[in-house]
Amino acid sequence: MHVNGVTPDTPAIAAEALGKRYGEQWALRDFDLEVSAGTVLGLLGHNGAGKTTAIRILTTLALPSAGSARVAGFDVVAEAGEVRRRIGLTSQTATVDGLMSARANLEMIGRLYHLPKAVARRRAGELLERLSLTDTGERLVRDFSGGMRRRLDLAASLVASPPVLFLDEPTTGLDPESRNELWELLRELVGEGATLLLTTQYLEEADRLSDEIVLLDRGVVAARGTPAELKAGHGGERIEVALRSAEQIERACGALAPFAEAAVGSDPERLLVSAPVGLQTRLIEVVRALDEAGVEATDVHRREATLDDVFLSITGAAEGREVAS
Amino acid sequence: MNVFAARAERRGALRELTSDSLVIARRSLAHIRQIPEKLLDVTVQPLMFVVLFAFVFGKVIAIPHGSYRSYLIGGILVQTLGFGIFGPATSMATDLREGILDRFRSLPMHRWAFLVGHLIAEFGAYVVAIVVMVASGLIVGWRISSDVPHAIAAFGLLALLAVTMLWLGTLLGVVARSPDVVTGIGFMTIFPLTFVATTFVPAAGLPDGLRQFAEYNPISCWAAGVRTLFGNPTATPLHAAWPLSHPVLGSVLWCLVLIALVAPTTLWAYRRRTTG
Repeated sequence: MHVNGVTPDTPAIAAEALGKRYGEQWALRDFDLEVSAGTVLGLLGHNGAGKTTAIRILTTLALPSAGSARVAGFDVVAEAGEVRRRIGLTSQTATVDGLMSARANLEMIGRLYHLPKAVARRRAGELLERLSLTDTGERLVRDFSGGMRRRLDLAASLVASPPVLFLDEPTTGLDPESRNELWELLRELVGEGATLLLTTQYLEEADRLSDEIVLLDRGVVAARGTPAELKAGHGGERIEVALRSAEQIERACGALAPFAEAAVGSDPERLLVSAPVGLQTRLIEVVRALDEAGVEATDVHRREATLDDVFLSITGAAEGREVAS
Repeated sequence: MNVFAARAERRGALRELTSDSLVIARRSLAHIRQIPEKLLDVTVQPLMFVVLFAFVFGKVIAIPHGSYRSYLIGGILVQTLGFGIFGPATSMATDLREGILDRFRSLPMHRWAFLVGHLIAEFGAYVVAIVVMVASGLIVGWRISSDVPHAIAAFGLLALLAVTMLWLGTLLGVVARSPDVVTGIGFMTIFPLTFVATTFVPAAGLPDGLRQFAEYNPISCWAAGVRTLFGNPTATPLHAAWPLSHPVLGSVLWCLVLIALVAPTTLWAYRRRTTG
């Protein structure tokens, strides 16, 4: 008999060939996942990549069109009630009641988890304190700042101390200080044994928090691995060129191409072009090639690959494929 | 699972539905504490109609076999419950549009508790409306002129009508895309329905076309039903349409038919909107 449905061998989250179709469009397809208890999985991707769809299915809010998934050992469709007893969800939109105080919100949620009244009240107090909301506990939530509301949202998903937590872009719209505080708290929760699945558009966030990353692109898994594996697999080292104007991007990409071991990436907004290179590539030759091509570079340097590069090279390559087909 | 275990589980589910629904209903109460204006449409608005018709227009409207004020209150009671569809419709549309329902649906609460809690809270608002109307009617000189069983039946009919409007409003809230749509659709339907009826004036004085509409309008039937049971004048002309000349039976039938149609549709539409 296992109380939480999780034995040490059961993955906290497991999905097999999960898919969700809206009309003709697959929002998520062939999604496989296995998250061990007590670890953090980062789900990365652009808007519309299928991150929220995956979370909605795993938290029983949406029904899968294909495949199956188990959370805390229970099937998300057939045993949705058991799953709901063991998960906490912080969605992208505010899911707390603006016309109630923070404390009343948490007590209501506790009651709906079927905690006895006194327990729900005590738990609300504990969570307000833990998320530094005690001073504002009696205030109406609609008067909360964005950061306070996100914290309360997180508190709401912690009411029943669920073993598995789903966080859909938990730090979107937070200032750097609040973001750091939230990261700290998430690390604490993992330290206490919780399993986290979080989606994010911020690569730094995925890098710093996740044990494993799954990169979604248009509903399909484009890459997966630990942050270090992903960086190593997509060009351990890069040469990056800063340009004076956007018109030069194409010319710079052309000049870098002979040195690149994979697709050359460009960031038109920041006027940067970068290419994954081998250790044998000499910087001086790159500079010479750029000069001969008439590229006005303001800076040329070698650096370690970041998740941004991985992201750009994978999603960029996928776009290229689509154009080619 | 044996029969006893199955029965125990059903009882457990029912208890869960009850307690979860009450938590949701209490949430509406908290909203009213924060924004008491939410109750304006079931308190001040009908009072304004009482004052307007009893003291401003009432003098020019003649009622055969009775005073205008004893005629008026039955009509305004029905009109108030009709306008009452805005309450459940707006609150449902608002909740469905915001993220809070996702939160509720990710909790281990009973599947129908949110809907049932909403119905309980909104029914409470209707009870407030009926109490306010009856009290203000008594103040301006309206009286219950029937006996106790008929008066009880009158309140029973009002409760049944409240339940009918509750389902209609909830359906409107579930299918509307936003609270603004609710206001638009609501005004376009409720205004003509409650005014081209015997709510404020007897049907006999209306021109052809409007008169027939008023005679078959369920609002007229309900108003006549309430007036009959309270022992107030109905001012129904001879040879009026069947629902008007059998107002009590007609009222109950209208309510039952509407509930039988609207309640299952609402449940179906609600399930559709809340499962993706």
